Amino acid sequence: MAEPLLSIDNLRAGWGEAMVLDGISLTLAEGQALALLGRNGAGKTTLIAALMGVARHRAGVIRLGGTALERLPSERRAALGLGWVPQERNVFRSLTVEENLTAVARPGRWDLAAVYALFPRLRERRANLGGALSGGEQQMLALARALMLNPRLLLLDEPLEGLAPVIVEDLLAAIRRLVRDEGMAAIIVEQHAHQVLPIADHAVILDRGSIIHRGAAPALLAQPDLLSRHLGLQHH
Amino acid sequence: MILLHAIPWAGALAGYWLFPEQLPLLSAIAIAALFAVSLDLIVGYAGLVTLGQAAFFGAGAYTAGILAQQGWGEPFSGLLAAAAVAALLGLISAPLVLRAGELAGLMVTLGLGLMLYEAANKAAAITGGADGLQGVEMWPIFGLYRFDLWGRTAYLYSLAVLFVLFMLARLLVASPFGWSLRAIRGNARRAPALGVPVKARLTAAYVIAAAYAGVAGGLLAQTTSFASLDALSFQRSADGLLMLVLGGLGSLYGALLGAVAFTVAHHALSEASPVFWQFWLGIALVALALAGQGGLLGLARAAIARLRRR
Repeated sequence: MAEPLLSIDNLRAGWGEAMVLDGISLTLAEGQALALLGRNGAGKTTLIAALMGVARHRAGVIRLGGTALERLPSERRAALGLGWVPQERNVFRSLTVEENLTAVARPGRWDLAAVYALFPRLRERRANLGGALSGGEQQMLALARALMLNPRLLLLDEPLEGLAPVIVEDLLAAIRRLVRDEGMAAIIVEQHAHQVLPIADHAVILDRGSIIHRGAAPALLAQPDLLSRHLGLQHH
Repeated sequence: MILLHAIPWAGALAGYWLFPEQLPLLSAIAIAALFAVSLDLIVGYAGLVTLGQAAFFGAGAYTAGILAQQGWGEPFSGLLAAAAVAALLGLISAPLVLRAGELAGLMVTLGLGLMLYEAANKAAAITGGADGLQGVEMWPIFGLYRFDLWGRTAYLYSLAVLFVLFMLARLLVASPFGWSLRAIRGNARRAPALGVPVKARLTAAYVIAAAYAGVAGGLLAQTTSFASLDALSFQRSADGLLMLVLGGLGSLYGALLGAVAFTVAHHALSEASPVFWQFWLGIALVALALAGQGGLLGLARAAIARLRRR
């Protein structure tokens, strides 16, 4: 079998003295999308942050395409192919939309024209400052900025959180296109399983820093009792 | 828009005919402006405060000065050498400054500046020590235009170098490189994970700013046929920062404006009262700080915006 794109082995990580992730192991193949589910405080964001080198690494191995990441600084991880879309979006507020995108651009399939085609709204707002965008536009920009890195793996941390339903539809359609049509590998953190499971290949449910369920995304979608047991009430 | 850019440069050129008696002062302003631009690149754009920029200015001054003293008085290659030595010094010191963190990094720049000052003081055989570097002899520019006693050639030469490097700096800050510097300044904590190679970009900015300061120092040595420890002094670093804050950070034109205001005020006020002039400078700084950020340029912009609204 070929080397998986991402392999995490017995990862322990947290913030400062606090340990959040208690031995996470998982793998993801090229072109696959993983839904990372769990209640608030389960450790989803910490896992993403640990992959990016933002959280504190305690033990375990993270490999991207065979390269060990866990000792590398964040900027090396980004250069090696992790495209992070943080929960707080972290749009560069004093730069315009286009400057936000070109400031981090790396050569590859995703350039300005490609991300504008994915998000026409960003093209309209190209000369506006990042700080002047709506929440939905900032989310689009954060995703487009990660694409400009031409990553091997997208890390989307609650990309739909706090957005108006119509924007959620747009973003979900864009993410679906990326992972289903473009074959972009992704880990998508989401509270609402019903929005993300239909576009994912695999699913993992975290609880208190450990994986309590792993399996195919369609299978999990077909088990509403399991979902409600681990994630609480699900709304569409 | 182009007109707006033309005004300051036309004004600077007009100074050549308007103030024929004051050309050395005008040269000093142009050199101070280039130094302020170098500081703006590192402080205003990259957000890295330094107290040791004079180290690069002085390194450039001594490089160009010693070259000319040793028999190579060609001005442009002298400036190139000044830039190269200052840039190399920047490249060596950048890791020390960047790894230390904000306040510690500031101390490192201060320490490097002091070290270089004392080193130049001790190496009197090469630098002339406290007496300064004597016997700097410049060749004519392009082999045609001699550096004259009235400072005509010197001013046009300084102004031309400032103009070219200023425009180059404008291109630089309006490029993806410049935007990534602003991204770092906006969110230095997150920028690396978002794909901005922070260390490489800050190092590049630091080295470029060092080269700019080196050229400014080289200009001083060439146009005054002299280099002294003064070029390496902490006072010069501090004056550069004052010019920048006075004119307005992070806009390049603010650096020009600040250099003009500072140098002219220094000249006029210190003639009136040699010691007391810093008192007035202090008042001006406090007033500008209270009037809002952005310095003189910020004030001018606000005034123009108010006029337009009427």
